[in-house]
Amino acid sequence: MTAKRTNHKGLEIIACIKVVPRPEEVVVDKATATIDRAKARSLINPPDMNLLEVALELKDRHGGQVTLLSMGPPLFEPYMRIALAMGADRAILLSDRAFGGADTLATSYTLAEGIRKIGRYDLILCGEESSDGATAQVPPGIAEWLDICQVTYAGEVKIVDGKLRAEREVRGGHEVLLVPMPAVVSIRVGINEPRFIDYDRKLWAEKEAPVTVWTARDLGVDEEKIGLKGSATTVSGLGQARAVERRREILSGSPQEQAHVIFEQIRPFLRKGA
Amino acid sequence: MFEPLYKPEEAHGIWVYLEQQAGKLEGVSLELLGKARELADQAKVRLTGALLGHKVGDLAKEAIACGADEVLVADDAVLSQYRTDPYARVVTQMVQDHKPDIFLLGATPDGRDLAGRLGVRLRTGLTADCTAMWLKEGTTLLEAQVTGFGGGITAVIECQYHRPQMATVRPGVFQAAEPDPARKGTVTPVVVKVPQEDQRVQVLERVTREGADITKAKVIIAGGRGIRGDWRLLEELAALLGGEIGATRVAVDEGWVGRDRQIGQTGLVTRPDLAICCGISGAIHFTVGVEKAAMIVSINTDREAEIFEHSDYGVVDDVFQVLPALIEELRKAAQT
Repeated sequence: MTAKRTNHKGLEIIACIKVVPRPEEVVVDKATATIDRAKARSLINPPDMNLLEVALELKDRHGGQVTLLSMGPPLFEPYMRIALAMGADRAILLSDRAFGGADTLATSYTLAEGIRKIGRYDLILCGEESSDGATAQVPPGIAEWLDICQVTYAGEVKIVDGKLRAEREVRGGHEVLLVPMPAVVSIRVGINEPRFIDYDRKLWAEKEAPVTVWTARDLGVDEEKIGLKGSATTVSGLGQARAVERRREILSGSPQEQAHVIFEQIRPFLRKGA
Repeated sequence: MFEPLYKPEEAHGIWVYLEQQAGKLEGVSLELLGKARELADQAKVRLTGALLGHKVGDLAKEAIACGADEVLVADDAVLSQYRTDPYARVVTQMVQDHKPDIFLLGATPDGRDLAGRLGVRLRTGLTADCTAMWLKEGTTLLEAQVTGFGGGITAVIECQYHRPQMATVRPGVFQAAEPDPARKGTVTPVVVKVPQEDQRVQVLERVTREGADITKAKVIIAGGRGIRGDWRLLEELAALLGGEIGATRVAVDEGWVGRDRQIGQTGLVTRPDLAICCGISGAIHFTVGVEKAAMIVSINTDREAEIFEHSDYGVVDDVFQVLPALIEELRKAAQT
């Protein structure tokens, strides 16, 4: 019998996604310096759309399945169904009041525990950062809890001879890494065009697709290590950003007249002979 | 609570991670030394730099000139290029041996990659991308300010029970001190032991170039969504004023401009003498990156755009009408 590379199981991909408020709809109460997210509609964290596309392309090419994983309140569920409609196979939402108030230490721990419970994984994909927290700390955190390799700010990723070949952004350039699997990979925002939702899949995603909710008890995690209690950082005060005093002068007149006023102001910056 | 690696009362000193690329210290590391020097003087503690790489010993002197009292140098071929696992291994060993109280890192791609891994390995708190920091009166408790999401909110983050208190800071937020070659400090070599299991990742290639450094630009011409991908006028204006092009995150995500020119919360903090903002709405994510400019001029068709609240002069008009007129006047003036 000739040796033939077979791939019985394909790739087991876990796609970590987050639902974030639309930044332009977040209401700030300037008097109390608090943020009211309740009035804001939500969306899937934009970089996560790019990671979903990467996950689905890898599945198209290598087979296997894509499992969505998120941690958050029940309102996340309909957004996970959008990702299911794009092509993911199943979704798991870690949802429990005890998870609330977590910093990145507790969040990455909880997600890592969710991944352990899922059990099988070749790749764990994340977005490069969330548009609300914007720390980019959760993907390396998950990798550390699971004691596996990480690639952050990845662009093109390929599977080559059972290893992951990933292009990664560095300051002023890029690098190409060859990484053993399983690995955690955070995907740069904007590297691809996320696919459209297939209509038949949408019907399935809305009605039948499995979205499983796991609580802290389901994960069997120590309550001291999750949520606010598991967090090493605390917010000691909220304040209003100190605005720099500006003239705030609005000019008037034709484009030429306004340009002239600006010209007079910026003239000292002109390079002679430019 | 996760069991802390060591107790706050055992911790001492402030550390800065000295990131280097191709044998050159990152600007943000020098900026952190500048800020950390202030904090160290205030608390009367030592300021230590953690330097990793291969044949990088000379950089220790530069760090001392810029404020470090001591530099721990891990110099080994295995560290010649940044890789998460070997670097995390060596830094963890350094931290366990010396028990720093505060540990600051630059929020570059590699700095964030390392910091995120270390935060969990050291079981401590890591504050992302502070815009200001100070010590709580009479203590060495770090209060790190971050700009909150949405608009105009700042939050102060503390890490009370875990050490080191870690934080990342974006390039341009703080200013480096003028190097003083006469400053004295000690250079302490560190024994490097990186097991095979930490060398699983292979770097097939790494290409970097000296990108634009808009954090040092005197004049910045910034564009956003309203530019619709047409940067010719902005480039022309930048050339006349000896300035650099800057961009909002949207413009960078659209692929119009490289990331080295992104201004704001997830980009760079700039402090030019003049910033001209073209077709930019002025969300806080952007304005935190230009608010240190001495003068801000904005052009936007939307009178309600938030950017006008942050501007000295506002032009409520079409960028593509105003800039040609402005460029013409500047060009005429340049010739006389």
